[in-house]
Amino acid sequence: MSNTVEKPDIAIDRSIGDFRYDVNYEFDAGIGLSERTIDYISDVKGDPDWIRQFRKDAYRKFLEKPMPTNWASKDLENIVFENIRYYLSQGQQPKRSWDEVPEEVKRTFERLGIPEQERKFLAGVEAQFDSEAAYSNIKAAVGQQGVIFVGSTEGLQKHPEIFRKWFGKVIPTGDNKFSALNSAVFSGGSFIYIPPGVKVKHPLQAYFRINAENFGQFERTLIIADEGSEVTYMEGCTAPKFETATLHSAVVELVALKGAKIQYITVQNWSANVFNLVTKRGLAMEDAEVKWIDCNIGSRLTMKYPGVVMKGRRARGEVISIALAGDGQHQDTGAKMIHAADDTASNIVSKSISLGTGRSTYRGLVHIPKHLKGCKNNTECDALLINSHSRTDTYPAISVRGQGNACQHEASVSQISEEQIFYMQQRGLSEAAAMSLAVNGFVNDLVQQFPMEYSVELKRLIELEMEGSVG
Amino acid sequence: MSAALENAPVQILPESHQSPPVGWPSWFRELQCAAQEEFERCPAPSRKNEAWRYSDLAALDLSSFLPATFPDGPESLIAASCGLGDVAARMVLANNRLLALDTKGLPEGVLLKPLDVAAREDEALFREFFMAQPVELGSHRFAELHRSRLESGALLYVPPGLEVDLPIEIFHWVQGAHASVYPHTLIICGERSKVTVVDSFRSADGKPAFACGVNDLHLGAGARLNYIAVQEWSDKTLAFHINSTTVAKDATSTALCANFGGAFVRGESYSRMIGEGARSEMFSLSPLDGSRQVDQRTLQDHAAPNASSDLLYLNALDDTSRSIFAGLIKVQEGAHRTDAYQKVRNLILSDTSEANSMPGLEILADDVRCTHGATSGEINEEELFYFEARGIPRSLGRKLIVNGFFQTLLERIEGCALRTYLSRLVSAKLGVSPSE
Repeated sequence: MSNTVEKPDIAIDRSIGDFRYDVNYEFDAGIGLSERTIDYISDVKGDPDWIRQFRKDAYRKFLEKPMPTNWASKDLENIVFENIRYYLSQGQQPKRSWDEVPEEVKRTFERLGIPEQERKFLAGVEAQFDSEAAYSNIKAAVGQQGVIFVGSTEGLQKHPEIFRKWFGKVIPTGDNKFSALNSAVFSGGSFIYIPPGVKVKHPLQAYFRINAENFGQFERTLIIADEGSEVTYMEGCTAPKFETATLHSAVVELVALKGAKIQYITVQNWSANVFNLVTKRGLAMEDAEVKWIDCNIGSRLTMKYPGVVMKGRRARGEVISIALAGDGQHQDTGAKMIHAADDTASNIVSKSISLGTGRSTYRGLVHIPKHLKGCKNNTECDALLINSHSRTDTYPAISVRGQGNACQHEASVSQISEEQIFYMQQRGLSEAAAMSLAVNGFVNDLVQQFPMEYSVELKRLIELEMEGSVG
Repeated sequence: MSAALENAPVQILPESHQSPPVGWPSWFRELQCAAQEEFERCPAPSRKNEAWRYSDLAALDLSSFLPATFPDGPESLIAASCGLGDVAARMVLANNRLLALDTKGLPEGVLLKPLDVAAREDEALFREFFMAQPVELGSHRFAELHRSRLESGALLYVPPGLEVDLPIEIFHWVQGAHASVYPHTLIICGERSKVTVVDSFRSADGKPAFACGVNDLHLGAGARLNYIAVQEWSDKTLAFHINSTTVAKDATSTALCANFGGAFVRGESYSRMIGEGARSEMFSLSPLDGSRQVDQRTLQDHAAPNASSDLLYLNALDDTSRSIFAGLIKVQEGAHRTDAYQKVRNLILSDTSEANSMPGLEILADDVRCTHGATSGEINEEELFYFEARGIPRSLGRKLIVNGFFQTLLERIEGCALRTYLSRLVSAKLGVSPSE
């Protein structure tokens, strides 16, 4: 391809999530953050004292912690914490049946296809509208197995004995500035407990939706898979396009006890003014497996590095990551693999596509400390650059101590080959269709790891993005 | 020792503690004062700084080091300054002073002289190229220290179109407990010129020392440079080696750094491709044992289209040794059709050694092929078994495998004599020298 013919910018179609309704919020913590905001949230939610204290400690840590600006994007400096609304809700209890959900909220989720999805195959679904869960339901069959799937507020009130044991244990409050912020003002998110030996056949699903301008969503998800159990969890995120920037800063903690398996799937399609700064980490005990499947298409800046701490022997961690950075977007994603026991294995496969002025970054950490034996890591990251202003970076850090471990890292950056495009054009495809097909081919092996519904959706999204790439 | 050196007019310089042999011109003295101020102003390295991530900052304590004095027994240092047999020229520096210089084998027009002499005699050349590149990889503070304390060094200038067939050898010695030296090698290759330089860094004794060196390589269009740094400091030396290489259109630079010694060695290599068709090959081999540490930071900076760079760093880590490799391939906007490769391989030989790798890419152009890889692993049991089945003891088998690991890199070095010389150094370091 020539460096003289500039490929036209590609418009990204996000029309599916780009709508909003005026909602009268019953509870509104106002704009800005102070101890009073935290008291307001705790009062509204009826938090126990230890949570109130936890929030206040976290708030102090948030103030102390510096922004990670020494290595991170300077764009972070554009977040104005004083202009954000930290809590908005229409009332406390999530509705159990679709009919009870308020009309505006229902319309929002219907547009996103939630009840329809549920009818199809999901075992349970929870939908969060701004700060609180608006709708939550779990199929009776799954409920009978003892599976708990509720919002984080309900989880902490009704199941304190499980909740308190693991809450904040995988990701300490002071892990980073944004995990501290989340710990101070968290609201919503899911709490899931899978009893020993229970294998949940269908995925559990959550939708996150930001509806109000200048609103920060701080959901908190905690999933505990007890010994020998298995669960798949999917989350989707959308927000309408607002004039000003919006912040999403979640904390997700996973605990896979002995022999358990957790698969966590995210398809993030926030609108292009959302700062998406998320901390996600899983703890895998003996023979357990934690797998993150992460797809980032939306947002203005995403900083997200799902991690797995392999704490028990033969534990496995895996991160599959797809990032698509369009005009003005920066997808700063990656993975952290902390090996903390013998014979643990981790795998990272990351593919990114940069379009227009988009920038995608892979940042990784692999840590194998002293005196461990038989640890293995494999990391592959491939980047595809579409336009001449597109940008990609790779910053892995691999630390191996002692022998008996094996680590390999590979990365490549390339362009769609001219011959491929030529080949397809020869056979009658337009350049745009050929490009789209080539990009789909690039991510195809990863897309197949997503559940069917999502993989179809993803392929369609990529096709949409490629539409109009030739003027 | 080669005949060339025996016949050389050996220049032994008068003992002097205060003033350097020739003395810098006053304008350079002013530069040094400014550098001293800059050094004092710069903050000490912090691990929060990405350029010092994983670094052992406790190893950087400079408080015990003293200025180097005039070396004892300069004749014996000169006599010991031999590596390759046939050379075009040889220069010996010890404790920041010139001890010997033999340039008889150089073609007319090629300059090899002490830096301080060059600053007076070839001021324009010196001003244009002396530390002309920014220090981007974290050691700005130490580069300023170097600049402020510099007393002499080597300047090599090869005029356009000239080829020097035999290698040029330069020796930098340090002698005496707690001595500090500031070795400097500045190589300027004119258009279409060709030269090979072997830069040797040696300790006269096993005492603790501080070495803070700079080597800058400038390649004009179509030039060809082979630069080999053979670092054999004592195992108690704290060393900095700050390198920059600038490669113009169609020029090719091959630089190898062989780290045989040093307690803590920080190496920074900054290669810039500034013209189309430029190529830079960056190689390093480090057999590490004891508690030695090698901390290497590299940057392959592609500022022009159609250029290529290839980096291969090999570390073998035994005992409690430690390695850090942080490399970055940077493709600037418009540097299309860049072909860049970067690979670090760590062979871990003990349970207490540690390898840290941070291979990075920053790509701002679209039509590129950039790949990097990092591997850490141990000796293949099957290979060991092969040796054992042939009656070779396990311990020797291990050494032979490590030797083979490094020898593969040497195949990429031009010149049979040079390869043989380096191969012998590696074998000797690993204790597997073939019997004569």
